[in-house]
Amino acid sequence: MIMLLVALGIGILAVIASAILGPKKATRAKLMAYESGNDPEGGVGTGQRFPVHFYLVAMLFIVFDIETAFFYPLAVAYQKLVPFAFWEALTFVGLLLVGYYYILKKGVLEWA
Amino acid sequence: MPDWLAQLLVTLLKAVLVALALLTTFAYMTLIERRLLARMQIRIGPNRVGPMGLLQPLADAIKSIFKEDLSVTLADKLVYTLAPIVAIGMALTAFGGIPAGPPRSLFGADPWVYNLDAGILVLLALTSMGVYGIFLGGWASGSKYPILGGLRSSAQMISYELGMGLSILGLLMLVGSTSFRAIVEWQALNGWLILFQVLGFALFLVSSFAETNRTPFDLPEAEQELVAGYLTEYSAIKWALFQMAEYVNMITASAVMSTLFFGGYRGPVFLDALIPGISGWPIVWLVVKIAFFLFLFIWVRATLPRLRYDQLMRFGWKLVLPVALLNTLMTAAYLAFARGTGLWLLGLLSLGGLLLLFVLSDRVRGLWNTPTQRRDREAAAVRTSGGD
Repeated sequence: MIMLLVALGIGILAVIASAILGPKKATRAKLMAYESGNDPEGGVGTGQRFPVHFYLVAMLFIVFDIETAFFYPLAVAYQKLVPFAFWEALTFVGLLLVGYYYILKKGVLEWA
Repeated sequence: MPDWLAQLLVTLLKAVLVALALLTTFAYMTLIERRLLARMQIRIGPNRVGPMGLLQPLADAIKSIFKEDLSVTLADKLVYTLAPIVAIGMALTAFGGIPAGPPRSLFGADPWVYNLDAGILVLLALTSMGVYGIFLGGWASGSKYPILGGLRSSAQMISYELGMGLSILGLLMLVGSTSFRAIVEWQALNGWLILFQVLGFALFLVSSFAETNRTPFDLPEAEQELVAGYLTEYSAIKWALFQMAEYVNMITASAVMSTLFFGGYRGPVFLDALIPGISGWPIVWLVVKIAFFLFLFIWVRATLPRLRYDQLMRFGWKLVLPVALLNTLMTAAYLAFARGTGLWLLGLLSLGGLLLLFVLSDRVRGLWNTPTQRRDREAAAVRTSGGD
């Protein structure tokens, strides 16, 4: 907790120091987004969308991260629960692998 | 002075010390990286500012503080300012849980800032918070290269975070605890965990390279394709804060790898025969191991070409994830059925798995390159069948 406060404090201090110390002479050309000197096309606010793949990866991450979250308590208590826990883990992983096989064959993991 | 206040002050002091130490290490890491890369490419590197270039980091820091802090017209000012702070905050906080020695070995105080039973979980949580900094930074820049770069980085980081989380499951099963200290103590009794979890370590190493956006996985910084990724619109200290976060994450990843797999703050016991007690020197061993991994990060950067983005994602999802699950199941099966035979069996199994992966590396490469190969084949088929 204290570490977090100290760390964020350092970040805030650095930003404030830079805001006070740096020169401030903004011009229109300086504030233009990077596009080799042209007015930028696309990007935020122009309605241009990005590939749906990123959503898919995020969804998969949620699913598999929940799996990992279920695995941690099992891993910590594992040695007290063998061999019953092994079959439990195997069933759980097996179920997940069915889902994994499905997305694999559906081509969700392809980025061609 | 009441007891709790003293406790608070000591913790505060340690937190500030750790943060400052990390920032200094970051500054000199940039110098050492430049010098080492130069050496590896048979040139010298920065040696003008101060003796051996030792004042170069200072000059860079002063320059970046006195630079003009711009934000483009379309940028979301609040988020744009907050993102680097979040990134550096999470990066610095994550290091605090690493134990640098046994209890009370730091002038009577504990050599860690906070000690939690769920140490690894907190660390993984904090590193995934770091993704927010990067993605929000890219989004708030209000320009298309940063938003693409931010998306890419965050997709890459969350994918490999999975690999990170799954590859240490076998280790956690062996030790039966998620606290860093328990893991180090287990290794003091039974030997370094890399001996029994070589496969898990290999996956963890690869994942942490990808997690910290380092070569060969530094796609977000692929300057030839995406300008500078999420950093494109940043200048002055905010840019430096993002860089800082990356390097601090690297240091944390090195510390985690040494703690989890290489005995943490305990040195190799056989050296005790030469100098009695050398394996127990606090902090020294952890620093040595961190330095080794940092060198590895730089060495790999100088050696390997960058992956393409689709290869990177396929590698993470098709190789790291299933092999990590396999490693977990292997350890689970060993613990359930073959406990009595001793740990060497698990070591052999793990090593065998890694060797098998190397032997089959051509097949494995085919696995994540398949679609492009198929495309090339189809293109070739069209070319030969067409025409007169």
